[in-house]
Amino acid sequence: MAVATFGESVKRTEDPRLITGRGKYVDDVRLTGMAHLAFVRSTYGHANIKSIKTSAARNAPGVIAVFTGADLQEELGGLPVGWMLPDLKQPPHPPLAYETVRYLGDAVAVIVADSAYQANDAVELVEVDYEVLPAVVNGEEATKDGAPQLHEEAPNNIGFDWEVGGGDYAEAIKDPDVIVVKERIVNQRLIPNSMETRGVVADYDVGKGNITLYTSTQIPHLVKLLFSLVTGWPEQKVRVIAPDVGGGFGSKLYLYAEEVVAGIVARQVKRPVKWIESRSEAYVSTAHGRDHICDAEIAGKKDGEIIGIKVDLYANLGAYLSTFAPLIPTYLFGLMLGGVYKMPNIDCKVHGVFTNTTPVDAYRGAGRPEAAYLVERMVSRFAQEIGRDPIVVRRKNMLQAHKNGREVTTGVMYDSGDYKGNLNKALEIFDYKQFRADQRAARRDGKLLGVGIATYIEICGMAPSAVASSLGAGAGLWESSNVRVHPTGKATIYIGTSPHGQGHETTMAQLVSSELGIPIEDIEVLHGDTDQGQFGTGTFGSRSLAVGGAALFNSLQKVKAKTHRLASHLLEADPKFVTFSNGTFAVEDIADKTLTIQEVAGQAYAAANLPDGMEPGLEEVSFFDPQNFAWPNGTHICVVEIEQDTGKVEVQRYVAVDDFGNVLNPMIVDGMTHGGVAQGIGQALSEQAVYTDDGQLLSGSLMDYALPSADMFPMMELDRTVSPSPSNPIGVKGAGEAGTIAASPAVMNAVVDALAHLGVKHMDMPATSEKVWRAIQDAKEAQRAARATARAAK
Amino acid sequence: MRAYVETSGKGPTMSTEITVTVNGTAHTEAVEPRLLLAHFLRDVLDLTGTHVGCDTSQCGACTVHLNGEAVKSCTVFAVQANGAEVTTIEGLADGDTYSNVQQGFWDEHGLQCGFCTPGMIMTSEALLKQNPNPSEEEIRAGIAGNYCRCTGYQNIVNAIGAAAKAGK
Repeated sequence: MAVATFGESVKRTEDPRLITGRGKYVDDVRLTGMAHLAFVRSTYGHANIKSIKTSAARNAPGVIAVFTGADLQEELGGLPVGWMLPDLKQPPHPPLAYETVRYLGDAVAVIVADSAYQANDAVELVEVDYEVLPAVVNGEEATKDGAPQLHEEAPNNIGFDWEVGGGDYAEAIKDPDVIVVKERIVNQRLIPNSMETRGVVADYDVGKGNITLYTSTQIPHLVKLLFSLVTGWPEQKVRVIAPDVGGGFGSKLYLYAEEVVAGIVARQVKRPVKWIESRSEAYVSTAHGRDHICDAEIAGKKDGEIIGIKVDLYANLGAYLSTFAPLIPTYLFGLMLGGVYKMPNIDCKVHGVFTNTTPVDAYRGAGRPEAAYLVERMVSRFAQEIGRDPIVVRRKNMLQAHKNGREVTTGVMYDSGDYKGNLNKALEIFDYKQFRADQRAARRDGKLLGVGIATYIEICGMAPSAVASSLGAGAGLWESSNVRVHPTGKATIYIGTSPHGQGHETTMAQLVSSELGIPIEDIEVLHGDTDQGQFGTGTFGSRSLAVGGAALFNSLQKVKAKTHRLASHLLEADPKFVTFSNGTFAVEDIADKTLTIQEVAGQAYAAANLPDGMEPGLEEVSFFDPQNFAWPNGTHICVVEIEQDTGKVEVQRYVAVDDFGNVLNPMIVDGMTHGGVAQGIGQALSEQAVYTDDGQLLSGSLMDYALPSADMFPMMELDRTVSPSPSNPIGVKGAGEAGTIAASPAVMNAVVDALAHLGVKHMDMPATSEKVWRAIQDAKEAQRAARATARAAK
Repeated sequence: MRAYVETSGKGPTMSTEITVTVNGTAHTEAVEPRLLLAHFLRDVLDLTGTHVGCDTSQCGACTVHLNGEAVKSCTVFAVQANGAEVTTIEGLADGDTYSNVQQGFWDEHGLQCGFCTPGMIMTSEALLKQNPNPSEEEIRAGIAGNYCRCTGYQNIVNAIGAAAKAGK
């Protein structure tokens, strides 16, 4: 390896340890005297706890202690909410339930034992006497009169009512030329399923009173802060370490009950304790995503002009407010309802509703996939209604390209983008005309072929702290970095964000290498340890590079400025004539007057000959708070073929053109796009969380949930446009979520397109074989009935 | 020799002595009969490269080779491996030289979070042993028992293709 450049597909420096089994995840942490935890969880969706008998468990082999929610009520406090809304109802959220369980999997007691096997054995010996209560799992049903009530603080189970808009939708649709198309759109509940489940090791230092939490999280610094706030443990005595983290997708973005319980229990038993979530447990105890029931309207004219969109949404929050739950179906959803279109009138109402289900929070895309799905499904639905090509309608309504800020109807400012450019490029790769000809031919042969277009724009790079704070954020959303160049010219970088698959160690080192000319193997990137590194908010909302990378870039500029001044001094040259490239300072026109950055770093520490007033050493810190969000956007095109006799949908082709701004490492960005698209296709075709009416989860394993496997996907074809973001000094936008946002509408538009000639206008996700087969049968039946009616009329 | 299960003075746990050769080294240990091979490798031998991603034998993260065949080590009791040869992800490279599959995963960016990777690599090794020149479709079918949530499988398929090419 050598000096890396911006835009180069540098192979990942993380990989050698990960392909040889030398990664270190939470379950790989082994401490002397470590005991193991297992949780006793509710087997009902809603019940009062009448009594808990723990004596048999306490006497089981290897068991050290058993704690119920009542035992630890005071120490545990309540789990926090990190985002406020006006009139938000905040019912208490005890980490261990002690009076009432409100969802399947709500924890009621914890076992501490010598081994994990013994802890799990003892779970079976705890007898909980429940008084079963009526349950409600559907976000709309829960608001109706007579529905079971979860919290006395939230009448009718409503956690909040929120609205956003712009223009005047009600007035605009009074125009007699306006056509209004209505559809009920359900965005089904999803389960994130990172391949590594959650887990925590809590190490209590009896002598110092310190606690160290090794936890599989996206937000080590926030876990530290929130753990301290919840438990009252002094913050300086709390250390949180996120080691290698095996995926997150939003689901590891909260303070969880088990993290708090592990810390408190470690102090109680004075031994390190480990809890590793089983997959079955993960299905009920790790936050879910999506779950929207929405009545939507789109209004426009015959010529394809869209004049507005109206949304009335029931957003299922689950049984309690997870850390960022109030943010996801509100700002991250409602602000995006204009898509890449002019959309002059927007009317959005959101009802956040408590139900007897696992709490719902951010899952990859978080609000934006729900918005993009709704907008793109409705735009295609509208095009179908007026009998126009969905591309013609899209193009007619798209925003013009812009480079530096465009305010849209919801009041936010898109940063930069060429929306028609994305569409044109995608169409060029795809060859739309040819496809429509093929589709006609296929239909003649009895084959069902469909194409789906989806455009999107998303809000990420979170965030301007002042803006976020005015909208309800409980913490600043800046990032920071520390660049320490050692006397030998090698460097250690501390960053506030930490990866769970995104390759920060590579990309951040690449940025350092490209700026300072230090070989990439001489750069160590440290992250995820609150005692070691810089404070940061964490890795979510596609923000690590757009905010954290920008903070790093700014530190690097300070290093460059100092070394430039020092090099000029050492070279006895006017700084104006000293150049810096590839890690070498040179004096213009004087061939032998050069110094490498390594030599200059050595001199900075030797401090024998520094310019007047210069401090020794070479270490710089920057905090970066962006002025605006970053706004990735793009166009995705999907082709599906549906088997007539079985309803099986196969994705035949997938083309994605994305604008991620400048791209630091194309290989990594492409990889994230593949993964994002796959999760979107998964939502469209197979994944869904299914609850029974009384709150039992039917989709409780990887196969019951229908997690996508390798045979579900075609090779995706990726391309890009580049509109550098003016929101940060490196012009990047973020790429973590885009694929997921665009893919589900692209696939579903293709499914409906394949069936449109049969009269199908909409279908909710997932488009399973059964659902598609039934739609085909119903459509054919309707056609037969229509023909019979026509004959009778003759 | 050490027993896997520590006790806390509340009575001993039954254990059985087994000898398993892992990555070429024979290990004799006393284990509970119910101990899963995955936990034997991880918790008794400290070979933590084998990951456990589910409790229903569905995810494939724990795949190892048992007498040359790919098995999900969460579905095998350690006592069933008595007398057997086991290869784990830690035993795949020849010193500093990665296997073609490992190299393929690195070159083609076939991993992101890395959690499914050990199992995915072990499955891929077995796939290429059975079919040294698989088509894309055969690769996708061959790894359908291993879940990955990060990559959309695209670069895993490319990685296995690259390994097959390198193996020619």
